[in-house]
Amino acid sequence: MSHSYGDRLALDAISLGVEAGEIFGLLGPNGGGKTTLFRILSTLIPLARGSVSVFGHDLKTDAQSVRREMGVIFQSPSLDKKLTVLENLRHQGRLYGLSGKPLMDRIREMLDRVRLSDRANDFVEKLSGGLQRRVEVAKSLLHRPRLLLLDEPTTGLDPGARKDLWDYIGELKRNEGTTVLVTTHLMDEAEKCDRLGVLDRGHLVAIDTPDALRRKIGGEVIIARTRDPQRLCEGIAQKFGGEPKVLDDTVRIERAGGHTWVAQLMEAFPGQIDTVTIGRPTLEDVFIQLTGHRFWVRDGDGGGKP
Amino acid sequence: MNAPWMLASWTLLVRELTRFFRQRNRVMGAFGSPLIFWVLIGAGFSSSFRPPGGSVNMSSMEYLFPGTMTLIILFTSIFSTISIIEDRREGFLQSVLVAPISPAAIVLGKILGGSAVAVMQAVVFLLLAPLAGIHMTLSSALASIGVAVLLSFALTGLGFVIAWRMDSTQGFHAIMNLFLIPMWLLSGSFFPSAGAPSWLGWLMRLNPLTYGVAALRRTLYAPDAFGTWNLPPLPMSLGITVLFGVVFFLLSLFMVERHHAPHST
Repeated sequence: MSHSYGDRLALDAISLGVEAGEIFGLLGPNGGGKTTLFRILSTLIPLARGSVSVFGHDLKTDAQSVRREMGVIFQSPSLDKKLTVLENLRHQGRLYGLSGKPLMDRIREMLDRVRLSDRANDFVEKLSGGLQRRVEVAKSLLHRPRLLLLDEPTTGLDPGARKDLWDYIGELKRNEGTTVLVTTHLMDEAEKCDRLGVLDRGHLVAIDTPDALRRKIGGEVIIARTRDPQRLCEGIAQKFGGEPKVLDDTVRIERAGGHTWVAQLMEAFPGQIDTVTIGRPTLEDVFIQLTGHRFWVRDGDGGGKP
Repeated sequence: MNAPWMLASWTLLVRELTRFFRQRNRVMGAFGSPLIFWVLIGAGFSSSFRPPGGSVNMSSMEYLFPGTMTLIILFTSIFSTISIIEDRREGFLQSVLVAPISPAAIVLGKILGGSAVAVMQAVVFLLLAPLAGIHMTLSSALASIGVAVLLSFALTGLGFVIAWRMDSTQGFHAIMNLFLIPMWLLSGSFFPSAGAPSWLGWLMRLNPLTYGVAALRRTLYAPDAFGTWNLPPLPMSLGITVLFGVVFFLLSLFMVERHHAPHST
């Protein structure tokens, strides 16, 4: 699928498949196209070009069936703060055609699952951000969707509430076999997904498991901090080959057997290197490798700044 | 309540009422300011006021009564649609828009909810009619409540259409002052078209709200009170008010189908 806002191409011919029962993460910096993709999938904005199929239902021709299969958790809260927890859930259930005793039973069940049974009659505005998020989870799952969409669900949550939410997502996958599609810009959250699609400036630059993505780098990542990164980078390329990259005031090199190689590096450029760090590649390293720029650098037209 | 769209509309309506009763300041704003206006202007004009045509004996309070009721309905309708602006961008309406219900159910629920609140306020105001010297009968009370329902539906629909594509509540306030208040002033609420300059008279004739106010006037007072008021007849007034409501309902529906969500990230 593709999508433009006026002249700006927000999604450029994205093609991906999510397996039933997996947690699929869309990883990318803000402005990378995640939210646009999320909005199209959740049916908030119409699909302009391409096609989307959800459990065999076509998004373009049968959006209502797609909507019935899906629970959606938005980045910004969608609860009515002037209503109680119970009233919010009752309202949501009715939108999905539930009513009467079956609805009340289901609400009780969900409140129990997110451990909020004792807060049912509290106004949403009186709950903490983490508890409100739990209400959102209960709300999105009332109609037993097979697919749960979440857009940066931990935005604004404290670490405890973040962990809480991810534990619940894992539980949901294990116990109900619910398929989860989640967007995030946080590396530690991306690690928790079964598979990841990496989005950058509207392009899908990779799609694989977090481990397989890391293996693409092979070996370790060495980062050398220096006063003249350009000079060091050229020197390394001449002497050792490989593809060293300049990022701000550092030079990045990916190398198998990096821990022993570091000694050679230090000997080869005496006095030029201030500090060296060495580590297993993180998903951020993967992102840099794939796109040639840092995760958080969005302006400029690509590449690490010299 | 079997059809899914009825259930969806119903739950949106209930939500609107629940919110209204929990926000006391909204009650004060929508009801209080027209009331103050009515009392102050009505009393201020009481000695200089001369009823149009001069045929009947009518006080300024009595003359301004239907217009004040219309203003209460206008304010309430507008206040309940202003929430659309915030709700749609980030908030409550997001999850309504991705639910498997038709846009018609959403529009109907929201407009009926806003209308219900407006009608309730209008009914409370109607209780003050005897103070204005209006002698109500059961049938005139019921008829004027009926007109209030039609008028509420139409004005909430108008508010919906204005609010849907707006990205800030400030914009709505500008529209209120530049468009909605003049529309009310030129509806026959404040002065009759009979004595107005002809260009103003034409604006009043083209204003759909004129017919709502006329219908209210005709249901509130005895028919023989009007003489040479140049007031449109009741069937025509009702017809145009119904049309007003239908047109803005369809426009709202069109807006929701066409511009489901804002076009920015």
